[in-house]
Amino acid sequence: MIEFDHVTKRFGGHLVIDDLSLRIDDGEFFVLVGPSGSGKSTLLRTVNRLVPVDAGAVRIDGEDVLSRDVETLRRGIGYAIQSVGLFPHRTVGENIATVPRLLGWPEGDIRARVTELVELLRLDEPGIADRYPATLSGGQQQRVGVARALAARPRIVLMDEPFGALDPITRESLQGSLKAIQRDTGTTILFVTHDMDEAFRLGDRVALMLDGRIAQVGAPLDLLHRPANDRVRDFVGGTRARLRELAVRTVRDSMRVGEPAEGEAVDVADSLQDALAAMLAQRRDRLPVNSRGERVGAIVLADLVANGP
Amino acid sequence: MMSRALPVFVLSAMALVAAACLPFLHVAPNRLLSGHAVSPLAWPLAAAWLAVIAVTAVRIPMQRVVVTATAWFGIAGLPWLAGAEAQRILSDASATTRVQPGAGFWLMWLAAALLLLDGLRGRRPAVQVAAWIVAGFTIVVLAAAGAFDGLSLVREWRAQRAPFAAAVAEHLRLAGTTLVLALLTGAPLGWWVWRRRRADGVVVGILAFLQTVPSLALFALLIGPFAWLARAWPALGTLGFGGTGAAPAVFALWLYALLPVVRYTAAGLDAVPADTRDAARGLGMSRTQLLMRVQLPLGWPVLLAGLRIVAVQTIGLAAVAALIGAGGLGRFVFLGIGQGATDMVLLGTLAIIVLALLVDFVFQAVLAWTERRA
Ligand SMILES: Nc1ncnc2c1ncn2[C@@H]1O[C@H](COP(=O)(O)OP(=O)(O)OP(=O)(O)O)[C@@H](O)[C@H]1O
Ligand SMILES: [Mg+2]
Repeated sequence: MIEFDHVTKRFGGHLVIDDLSLRIDDGEFFVLVGPSGSGKSTLLRTVNRLVPVDAGAVRIDGEDVLSRDVETLRRGIGYAIQSVGLFPHRTVGENIATVPRLLGWPEGDIRARVTELVELLRLDEPGIADRYPATLSGGQQQRVGVARALAARPRIVLMDEPFGALDPITRESLQGSLKAIQRDTGTTILFVTHDMDEAFRLGDRVALMLDGRIAQVGAPLDLLHRPANDRVRDFVGGTRARLRELAVRTVRDSMRVGEPAEGEAVDVADSLQDALAAMLAQRRDRLPVNSRGERVGAIVLADLVANGP
Repeated sequence: MMSRALPVFVLSAMALVAAACLPFLHVAPNRLLSGHAVSPLAWPLAAAWLAVIAVTAVRIPMQRVVVTATAWFGIAGLPWLAGAEAQRILSDASATTRVQPGAGFWLMWLAAALLLLDGLRGRRPAVQVAAWIVAGFTIVVLAAAGAFDGLSLVREWRAQRAPFAAAVAEHLRLAGTTLVLALLTGAPLGWWVWRRRRADGVVVGILAFLQTVPSLALFALLIGPFAWLARAWPALGTLGFGGTGAAPAVFALWLYALLPVVRYTAAGLDAVPADTRDAARGLGMSRTQLLMRVQLPLGWPVLLAGLRIVAVQTIGLAAVAALIGAGGLGRFVFLGIGQGATDMVLLGTLAIIVLALLVDFVFQAVLAWTERRA
């Protein structure tokens, strides 16, 4: 559990975090989203003390982060950033092994963990662990950055736009990997992005940050359906909010069980956005739905348009 | 093509003029008198340089290799030629006769060295290093075989062997002590300056000002304070402290060395991108771990490049230290000037140049090696 308790931070005279309070539960995938300069990175960096707070407290499991030895604290928290910041003079394997090595893990455990992470993050080009970061593609580097953050199995991971500079397809595949890993390990992830779609796709809960305050926090659908004010409404998408909602909801929510349909089937676990895309691609207004390869019903365009509050 | 050939043209033309118009050797009746010019092989040498120009002008296969090989032979061959000619001249001359290389020889030798430098440009570091090592080694072998014994420089050296060896040792000790001191003090200072950028201006300003003080003036200025120190604390005097001698010399050399060491340390620390530093700290590296595991390995080549400059600069400046009694090769230069003994001046100067080149070479080799590993 991470707790921000009336946290305030100024840089010079400029108020960057304004008396902010927030609680993130164990095992939660929590996304901080907001426009550039709203203070997301600063808030994230108060957790591992890269930014000292001016007032208030940041607590992990009820214990003020200031009461812990700073290096011990940081080694217990994963950290991945947009620019990745890999060590150019170390191989991929050594980069991933950074924190386990700082923690003094036995060499055998480190090797095993590196192998495991290379597979987990699908860095499975042969011999990649012995290559240097400069020889990797941008997407591979970002994967290594994430692997490095996860290496010592931290219970909390901080991620600051870790998929920032990637093309949409690579990005989506990495988001998928990360979400799966988080679900499997129950890691608490505090994830910063300014991409609303990414926030809604990944977050169990999403906090919209504006001018150093939390404008609204809640499940993605909460923000879409019940924006706290007009600024929140604007930021979650205005007229495009329904389109975002389709990304968050799955076919399972809206399908008509047992009804027949023509065309190439979608899966119950697909997002409604994928289903809509499939309808557009096939020029049909209804498509069959499969679950584990079995036909279970149909999804209908009119339902997508009509459903929701 | 033209831009590549241009330096070769200029250098060969220079050598051609030197071969044709400038004295290859000087023959003097004794050590202190200046003599007359002798250019025994002016026309064959000029023809050789003309051939180099011709090879560069026309398109032939392996052009660059031919020119580079010629340059390489020039480096070892010219001294050999000078030595052989001197031997021949001496064979029917009086015992005090001295034969010295003249301006023509020096210019051609320089041209050959620069041609080799130019020809090796862009080659793999290993090839470059090997070419120079073999050239140097060949000269050493020739010297050991007595090929240069006729030259007055070698005679001067034979006459002053012991003081010369002592001077080289002193010179290296002065420069080495200075380097170690400058590294031990300059590197932490550079780190401090780098951490608080606001102090940067002040510290670098002071050090830069020190650099503008002429070395002779600085050495002279230090005599007073150091003499006073030695009087105030006699214990220091027994350690070799005094107005003159090695202590003020090393102090002055250290002051000159400080600025580049501080600058290059800061530049080396900057060689690590800010994101990499942020990630390192965020993952839980302490400042020392960041320094040892990230900043040093990444900034090392920059620091080494700086040390190379400092080392060469210090070896040159240490010559002046002889004026305040610190010894070293400068003593040969200044004594030689005082006595009007050109050979002695030349011996000191050449030795300083060779030392500087050797040190430069060693640093370059280490640099190439660390970069290859990175
Ligand atoms: N070390 C610092 N010194 C001075 N000002 C800073 C510092 N770090 C951040 N700021 C300022 O604090 C404000 C918030 O910065 P922050 O990096 O937290 O924004 P952000 O929400 O992460 O933006 P982005 O989406 O562009 O990354 C900005 O105005 C920034 O200029
Ligand atoms: Mg940011």
